[in-house]
Amino acid sequence: MVTDNKPSLVALNVDGVEYQVSAGANLVDALASIGKEVPHYCYHPKLTVAGNCRMCLVELGSPLRDRATNELVMENGKPKIGWQPKPAIACATNVSPGLHVRLDSPTVKACREGVTEMLLLNHPLDCPICDQAGECKLQEFSAEYGRGYSRYVDEKNAKPKHTKLGPRVTLDDERCILCSRCVRFCNEVAKDPVLGFVNRGSYNTLTCFPGRELTNNYSLNTVDICPVGALTSTDFRFKMRVWFLKQTSSICTESSTGVNTTVWSREGKIYRITPRRNDAVNDTWMSDSGREILREVDAAHRITAPQVRGAAADLESALTTAGEILRAGAVGVVGSGHQTIEEQRLLTHFTQATQAKAYVPARAGSADGLLISEDRTPNFRGALLAGLTNRAADRDLSVLKADIDAGRVRTLLVCREDVTTLGLDATTLAKVRMVYLGLHNDATAKAAEVVLPALSVFERSGHFVNCQFRVQSFVRAIPGPVGTLPDVAILARLLGSVTGQPAAFDADSLWKDLAAKQPALADLSPSKVPSDGVIVDGSAWANLSFPEGKLLKFAPATKA
Amino acid sequence: MAVKVLERRPLSFWERTYLPQVLGGLRVTWRNILRPSVTLQYPEQRPTIPKGYRGVPTLVRDPNGREKCVSCQLCEFICPPKAIRITPGEIPATAETAHVEKAPKEFEINMLRCIYCGLCQEVCPEEAIWLQNQYSMTGTTRAEMVNNKARLYELGGTLPDSHFKWDHKKAESERQAGGHH
Repeated sequence: MVTDNKPSLVALNVDGVEYQVSAGANLVDALASIGKEVPHYCYHPKLTVAGNCRMCLVELGSPLRDRATNELVMENGKPKIGWQPKPAIACATNVSPGLHVRLDSPTVKACREGVTEMLLLNHPLDCPICDQAGECKLQEFSAEYGRGYSRYVDEKNAKPKHTKLGPRVTLDDERCILCSRCVRFCNEVAKDPVLGFVNRGSYNTLTCFPGRELTNNYSLNTVDICPVGALTSTDFRFKMRVWFLKQTSSICTESSTGVNTTVWSREGKIYRITPRRNDAVNDTWMSDSGREILREVDAAHRITAPQVRGAAADLESALTTAGEILRAGAVGVVGSGHQTIEEQRLLTHFTQATQAKAYVPARAGSADGLLISEDRTPNFRGALLAGLTNRAADRDLSVLKADIDAGRVRTLLVCREDVTTLGLDATTLAKVRMVYLGLHNDATAKAAEVVLPALSVFERSGHFVNCQFRVQSFVRAIPGPVGTLPDVAILARLLGSVTGQPAAFDADSLWKDLAAKQPALADLSPSKVPSDGVIVDGSAWANLSFPEGKLLKFAPATKA
Repeated sequence: MAVKVLERRPLSFWERTYLPQVLGGLRVTWRNILRPSVTLQYPEQRPTIPKGYRGVPTLVRDPNGREKCVSCQLCEFICPPKAIRITPGEIPATAETAHVEKAPKEFEINMLRCIYCGLCQEVCPEEAIWLQNQYSMTGTTRAEMVNNKARLYELGGTLPDSHFKWDHKKAESERQAGGHH
């Protein structure tokens, strides 16, 4: 049976105007889908409904029917609407056909003003020092529905101002509005119930259970979903006001899940990474360890300048030397799942031009069943699509070691992989002349004859293919170190030096090439990749054994 | 192009002697010599600065010596010529003013960029930045014309405070310390 995937639409009447929204949707989401904002604090689309903040009170009604005949009651030629006598919370209401909503009635406005005044009773109003200022729901709705002065004559409650809930989260209890989003997140998503409320009334306080700490690897999501400045990131605390930060869409490189992220930077410095909503990949969450990847940019062991035989060199002479080495023949190529599909495509051309064998090693790690998969590279599927390899990732480089020992590989181009941790020891590496395009000054960099600086995920643009075979794009957030080139440009130069022909490395020509050679990518180009990615056909590799197990939005294909 | 030659009126006898013009000029000179002087012998003499004058922006302390700025960066945000640069910092937990939590680690105002508009003073929620009477900023290098935090506090000094907001907050939290009931 062919089913229509589109959700069925129903009529929703908002302030007298008829709209079409998906049936059964949460009223807050349905109204958001037609561009109507219902102010709310406790409701979160990915958590259960708590209905405790009362900010989303609206007036609801539905057409009246005659009890005897079940006919619509008409009034002046229109169905008569029976309005509920009291306002109801939109977040606990699902859209039903013919539902009528009032958003701008005096009652609704009075409700919002009342809730705002109540929430501000004990609020410290310390926006000047609060990190949430600028992205604070309480601040926004206070501007809209607050009265601008306080009628409260008593002293405000003093509560603990900096409680360490865990290694990464600091709580300011005075700012907390008790929406319980964080509590629900820990219970429902992180499955680590450590947060709860103690005391009653205006002394109600968020805290960890005795002897427990908010230590799980998803703890910083509580900071993201906190509608006020109560939960703050200990790392980002007091570092920079959010309105100075430029937001760039990126992809987390922690694992093959391909978590969608937003990189917040100012003047070439990244201050924080937050999840970007993608209902098909990561909902609105990301791991704490994924946010730590920004340390890569300024790491002490970062390669920022080219080196030739251990001495700093300029990029031009390093590329020339690398070209001489790679022209010697008997080349082996180590590709990486940390490369973009564009870089992998250029590397494929390089292997073809040098008749080299490509090795793409696996970076295995333990999965958490949520957003971190066993494959700790973001783009192994890209290597398959780019034609760099057609087998599952090599567990280690023992095949390459055998090839080197047998003399079949005498020169090596290594991209973004520390091969010394993958079974190539110093004696094996001593037998080859190596060009290393890498990020870190690791043992491989020390053994390499030419070291070319690679750029981090924040400094280059490209596409990754996650474990669902979803092509996702990421954009450069900050410039790379002075004097460096993007990886594609370096690979194109290396390719050019072995073919003698300059190689194109712009995204358009690389994608034209990919689309022509890879049926799964036919008709695809960077401009056709939407912000939430696009799934391509990976059935050609269905017989490979991929390491990924079940994740939040991914289930491994069951072998028939 | 056609040229139209204008006939100039010939000068009269007195105009040709130039004497009426000399005498007219001397009349102005003598009138002002006899009037009281309006110029100031700057820099020995200094003008009186009117109330509300917008001089060099400075940072001030409250009468208890607490630095008022909490590095909210609103002045940096509103500054039209982008003259202000703040590095926010956290007040150590051991400090007297630890309850304020936030203070600038560094605060720089580039006086080569400043246009003395006073928006920073207007936007400051803590009444910490003031354009005061200082109007003369000179320097021989560009670096000299950037006022750092120490210099800004030196220029600013102490201004009276009518709120003592943070002291009040601290006293209240100490009063309520130890929980309720």
